[in-house]
Amino acid sequence: MVTTDILDETPPRRRKPYLLRRKSLRHILPWVVIIGIFVVWEVVVRVFDIEQFVLPAPSAIFASGWQWREPILINAWQTLLTTVIGFLFAVIVGLLAGIAIGSSTLVYDSFYPALIGFNSIPKVAVVPILVIWFGVGTIPAIITAFLIAFFPILVNVAVGIATVEPELQDVLRALGASRWQVIRKVGLPRAMPYFFASLKVAIAAAFVGTIVAETVAANKGIGNLMLVASSRFEVPLAFAALLVTSVMGIGMYLICAAVERRMTGWAMRGADTVPAGQG
Amino acid sequence: MTFVDVDCVSLRYGEDADGTLALHKATLQVGNGEFVAVVGPSGCGKSTLMKVVTGLWPPTVGAVIVSGREVTGPLSIAGMAFQNPTLLPWRTTLANVMLPLEIVQPHCSRLRREWAAYLAKARDLLALVGLKGFEDHFPWQLSGGMQQRASLCRALIHDPSLLMLDEPFASLDMFTREELWLALQDLWLARKPTVILVTHDLREAVFLSDRVLVMSARPGRIIAERVVNLPRPRDLDSTYESYSVALVHELREHISAARSTAA
Repeated sequence: MVTTDILDETPPRRRKPYLLRRKSLRHILPWVVIIGIFVVWEVVVRVFDIEQFVLPAPSAIFASGWQWREPILINAWQTLLTTVIGFLFAVIVGLLAGIAIGSSTLVYDSFYPALIGFNSIPKVAVVPILVIWFGVGTIPAIITAFLIAFFPILVNVAVGIATVEPELQDVLRALGASRWQVIRKVGLPRAMPYFFASLKVAIAAAFVGTIVAETVAANKGIGNLMLVASSRFEVPLAFAALLVTSVMGIGMYLICAAVERRMTGWAMRGADTVPAGQG
Repeated sequence: MTFVDVDCVSLRYGEDADGTLALHKATLQVGNGEFVAVVGPSGCGKSTLMKVVTGLWPPTVGAVIVSGREVTGPLSIAGMAFQNPTLLPWRTTLANVMLPLEIVQPHCSRLRREWAAYLAKARDLLALVGLKGFEDHFPWQLSGGMQQRASLCRALIHDPSLLMLDEPFASLDMFTREELWLALQDLWLARKPTVILVTHDLREAVFLSDRVLVMSARPGRIIAERVVNLPRPRDLDSTYESYSVALVHELREHISAARSTAA
């Protein structure tokens, strides 16, 4: 009797709190790590008495950020806008070009080497040329963000479409589906997980592009603010600007991740989804 | 009346003369509404034959005539089920079954207007193979047997006059397989499409078909043919009766002979 009682009741009792504990831990841990980094940083700066213009303490960074909150917000808004515009162009061009390259071996073979070559160019080297063409300002930054961000999208969409299982294609071809129907019904849905995964990479890349361009040639934006701050030895302000950039990056990443989860839930049957009707 | 006429068809993979010759002068006729099973040793070109008949691959030599017309491209009057269920993982069972309706005319242009009717049809079909209640499940939430049933429904939803089954039950356990034989027999008796079933299970061939064709080892061609004289509907016990057992035995000998000549 005793043994059956244990068998009947113990496993669910022990398992559920364990899973729950893990789940809430997964939500808390990122914050613990972030706060931990700041605490260690603060302690290191204070214990070793590091000069502020070498490495400011987090407390000094936050104080400076609060003091200069208005210019920081204005410039952050500029950077965010530039990045998002460049990113949106990258999504459109990357998606369309990815479909074209992924669905035709001929287009793939002809364009891929040129694209690899283009992607190997460090984009910071392109900024001065863009300035010659478009002048100092927002447009070179948008183009730089676009140039960096579109490649991962293109490659992922192309790979997603090009690697569709022949069996799945046969299902549609056997019904007399046209080439475009096969792409639309199988290729595109199949490529969506790749596409949304690439968005998370691309948005971070777009921020890099914007800030690089703003640092080299702009009179607005976080990149420009950091340039000005460091030239005036306002190192805490430069760090505060970096921090704001990270926060924007995380925010955009979370938006992309949420869209991904919503659109391609079928591809992410993780540990927390239980299959039904097995057997 | 002959519905499918494969006339002296050869197929060689690859462009040059040293490519694999998968079919060599294969000839067969299938009557309208007939259920034909094709059996043969493994690698004998059974699946190739399926692809040639449905127009997925053009024959190197010879012609395939289906419903009075020469096959030059994929046939939309054909429904196909493969060894793997090949359901699209981003679609629910119901949406998977309804996929052919989005492509094959005249359903394609009627689909939006008569959505409710088509939906009811898909649900009925799923209920017929015992998948009632699983319409909104995704393929990965179904067992292998359930996926294969859904795949059968998908092959039938657009009322194809030709049903091509390429070892559809090969990856299933024996009990599920027998269950699906009955389901397939019911579906066939209800609609009477022409069926070509490729299989390596001789009991399956004898139980389901009107006629069994035996293919030789590669390059494949038809070397023997046996008519199955059993009344319909058949029950599973019939596969253990002396008539079926003798037939299976005879087919087995044909296949062993085909294998030994190849080796």
